[in-house]
Amino acid sequence: MEPIIPPILNLKILFPELLITVTALVILLYDLILSEDKKTTLACLALLGLAVSLVYSIIMWKTGVSTYAFNRMIVVDKFTLLFNSLFIVASFITILISINYIKEEGVNYGEYYTLVLLSTVGMMLMAKANDLMIVFLGLETLSISIYVLVGFLRTNVRSNESSLKYFLLGAFSSAFLLYGIALIYGTTGTTRLPDIARFIENTPSLLSNPLLLAAVGLLLVGFGFKIALVPFHMWTPDVYEGAPTSITAFMSVGVKAAAFSAFLRVFLTSFSTLRAEWTMILWILSVLTMSLGNIVALVQENIKRMLAYSSIAHAGYILVAVTAGGDLAITSIIYYLMSYTLMNLGAFTVVILYGKRGEENIHLSDYAGAGFKYPFLSAAMAVFMFSLAGIPPLAGFIGKFYIFSAAVKQDFIWLTIISVLNSLVAVYYYLRVTVIMYMKEPVKDVGKLSFSIPIVIALLITTFFTLHMGILPSDYLNIAKQSIAMLLL
Amino acid sequence: MSIIEFDILSVVTFLPLLGILLIIVVDKEKHNLIKGITFITALVNFLISLNLYRDFDVTTHEFQFTTNVPWIRESGINYHIGIDGISLFLILLTTFLTVISVIACWNDVKEKVKGFMICLLFLELGMIGVFVSLDLFLFYVFWEVMLIPMYLLIGVWGSPARRIYAAVKFFIYTMFGSLLMLVAILVLYFYHYSVTGIYTFDLEKLYQLSIPAGVQTWLFLAFALAFAIKVPMFPFHTWLPDAHTEAPTVGSVLLAAVLLKMGTYGFLRFNLPLFPEATLQFVPLISILAIIGIIYGAMVCIVQKDLKRLIAFSSVSHLGFVMLGIFALNIQGLEGGILQMLNHGFSTGALFLLVGMIYERRHTRMIEEFGGLSKVMPIYATFFMIVTLSSIGLPGLNGFVGEFLILLGTFKSHMVYAVLAALGVILAAVYMLWMFQRVMFGEVTKDENKKLNDLSLREIIVLLPLIFFIIQIGVYPKPFLSRMDASVKHLISQVELKTWKRNATEGSLVHLADFDGVSQGE
Repeated sequence: MEPIIPPILNLKILFPELLITVTALVILLYDLILSEDKKTTLACLALLGLAVSLVYSIIMWKTGVSTYAFNRMIVVDKFTLLFNSLFIVASFITILISINYIKEEGVNYGEYYTLVLLSTVGMMLMAKANDLMIVFLGLETLSISIYVLVGFLRTNVRSNESSLKYFLLGAFSSAFLLYGIALIYGTTGTTRLPDIARFIENTPSLLSNPLLLAAVGLLLVGFGFKIALVPFHMWTPDVYEGAPTSITAFMSVGVKAAAFSAFLRVFLTSFSTLRAEWTMILWILSVLTMSLGNIVALVQENIKRMLAYSSIAHAGYILVAVTAGGDLAITSIIYYLMSYTLMNLGAFTVVILYGKRGEENIHLSDYAGAGFKYPFLSAAMAVFMFSLAGIPPLAGFIGKFYIFSAAVKQDFIWLTIISVLNSLVAVYYYLRVTVIMYMKEPVKDVGKLSFSIPIVIALLITTFFTLHMGILPSDYLNIAKQSIAMLLL
Repeated sequence: MSIIEFDILSVVTFLPLLGILLIIVVDKEKHNLIKGITFITALVNFLISLNLYRDFDVTTHEFQFTTNVPWIRESGINYHIGIDGISLFLILLTTFLTVISVIACWNDVKEKVKGFMICLLFLELGMIGVFVSLDLFLFYVFWEVMLIPMYLLIGVWGSPARRIYAAVKFFIYTMFGSLLMLVAILVLYFYHYSVTGIYTFDLEKLYQLSIPAGVQTWLFLAFALAFAIKVPMFPFHTWLPDAHTEAPTVGSVLLAAVLLKMGTYGFLRFNLPLFPEATLQFVPLISILAIIGIIYGAMVCIVQKDLKRLIAFSSVSHLGFVMLGIFALNIQGLEGGILQMLNHGFSTGALFLLVGMIYERRHTRMIEEFGGLSKVMPIYATFFMIVTLSSIGLPGLNGFVGEFLILLGTFKSHMVYAVLAALGVILAAVYMLWMFQRVMFGEVTKDENKKLNDLSLREIIVLLPLIFFIIQIGVYPKPFLSRMDASVKHLISQVELKTWKRNATEGSLVHLADFDGVSQGE
């Protein structure tokens, strides 16, 4: 029946994950024999491991590997490889911005890097999953590492609080997901995504099969939690605020992208025949998510909270494209996630650079007068803010443009109008950062900022790509387009 | 599309970028060097742009100096630029006024000079980009890009009181309109695809499209909203007085002289040719809003106490004339409208410069603070008089030619509109002359005014070229009108033919007889 007879194991195609896992374990052990002042070596090791698996993933992408592994529980195609590369890049930049930060915060432990790497492996598995069990496995690997990382500032009450909050709610949502998977198995007798699809083909409507309806609903809740869709977003601002800033950055891009990759695969592979039914729900969710994120972000005074709500809003825009569906929509989602990863990491890089031990300087008013005091840092921040706001010719604009295109193409005109009005609201709070930086007199002396080399590299990478993806988006769009062309569904 | 042609328009568009890059590497304390680089960049750009005027082919309506290279090939987005008789003068106006602006702000800008000059050049780039784009996507990019420098100019270098409010209001207002325009652009794009199977944002290809009337209405409204906010037409004008009042002098000059023209230009370039049926349908609405703008703007001017606010509201009135001329949809009205766009650029630009000069001396713009200035500053008063008269529309000066053509065109298509709009001319005389009288004549009542210095040589150099054009257009407008002829005629035929093709039985508002315009004698 199956045209492909897969090998039982195919370890070669899991090389990137395996390499990162090994690196993580090596770091864990090496940490024990390394003296306190040489911990930077661990970061270098982590970066090396990530770089090698990035190169390997890119080579696999180029050669167009498209196959299954582990008895078809894992799928590798251009789509998954692209997402994997994205996670690795996010992880790479996160480590760059962490090196000095965790030193400053006095939590310079090797476990930090191990956990970041392990959560990256979790993300990569989520994208590669061809089976709901792998989705769950990836999600848990990712989540448990992140729970610990959120509370990594051990002596900081807020960090502890947000870790606990995230853990409790996260565990709860994982249970939802797992229950959904169980119900799917109960209904269809399988957890393999293509097999679920084959079963569902014969289901005329979700309503005719209440068990399936409940299952789809529970899965949506599980994913919605990780993506931070309204109304499953409650944890986001608190957790983002309390977590170490570098981890906030990582969560806002990595976790979100990973959840989206699995969400897309599950819903577009398994439930594609029932599109019409869940589209309506997604329509409502996307409008709620965008609107709430943007409107609440307007009144935030803490930049981390503001970026938390902004990340909710961005999830809403991506959901617009999911709602619309079609090739253009998936291309636009991939492009959007790429650009969002870089610009959001960039914004958090500036936030980290602007703070120091004991004084995070994350109140918006702390940025007053920064514009002419630190011209390049502020110019970079302005670029990220304008890009997040969707002003051309920056990456964020192209991303929004293609998402709106996808929606208009499928005749979701009202949804598009609501989205553009939402991005108008968003313009206000992103502009506010530039207003404060450039147009207000300084109220507080933030002291001397320490421009360490890794974080400056991170800033340069993110700024470069935010500009380059905006001005010459062709290559990136092509990459996105090719990645879905061979989508093994 | 030879290499030389390719170079010239792209060079004019992107030369400011070179200036910006040079300025970035200069130390921020070297003010004179920074200003020098800005001045030379602007001047060279102006001189290069003069070639466009010289080599412009008056016989064709086709786009000239075009370049068309793919930008985002997969989506049919091209870097397609070119100019015709409508955009030619707007580009020249931009490059010309940038030079004037740099000289004008030479002494005004004392802090954050580097940032200011970068914004100024960035603004020039954005403004020219808007006028040369022949690809809707490219146009939209420039249209938005240009917001950032203007926003910063108002917000950072504006007058301290309400600059942030004004800057944000300016930004949000414009964004509101343009985002809905973006949706309309996308709808147009996919409509073109559904009809022809080709994805393209190319304006010339989209012109070929015949869109159902119902769709046209919505698209017209979405585009019109973006442009009406920019013009600004009543009732979308409330951002303008704030932005003008708070902006630094040069910001006001460029805002009034060029940025507002993007709105009217947008109507000419997009709304009329793309949605001809909707255009005809909306003639009454737009004309009436324009007339309300003319009269309302003028009446609000009368009661203003702040000179800059007065001039800002006079812009609402003047741009109402431009809109009225455009929607007369005949050659006189359109040419008058385009000419009036230039006139308004010169006159209002000069007025803002003059107000800026007196503000530098007195640090106030309140009319009641002045009086009798003509005794203390005779040269200043003379310049002010000429510009005031030009703004009123005195025969022999530029304002007259524009307004006359507009009223002539409007009279031919809708007599009532012309009669109502003519009221605006009378009101303009009232508010401008009354303002002039209160500022210039009478006794010098305030002690501070007794020792004011008259204009310096630099200030005279700034004003003289503007005065030159004010008189030149007033006396001999033919070089300007003749270059518009072909494009304007083509525009009318675009509106005419496309609607005529569809409902051959119904008569349209434009008659071919109108083509024998006043400027026919080339």
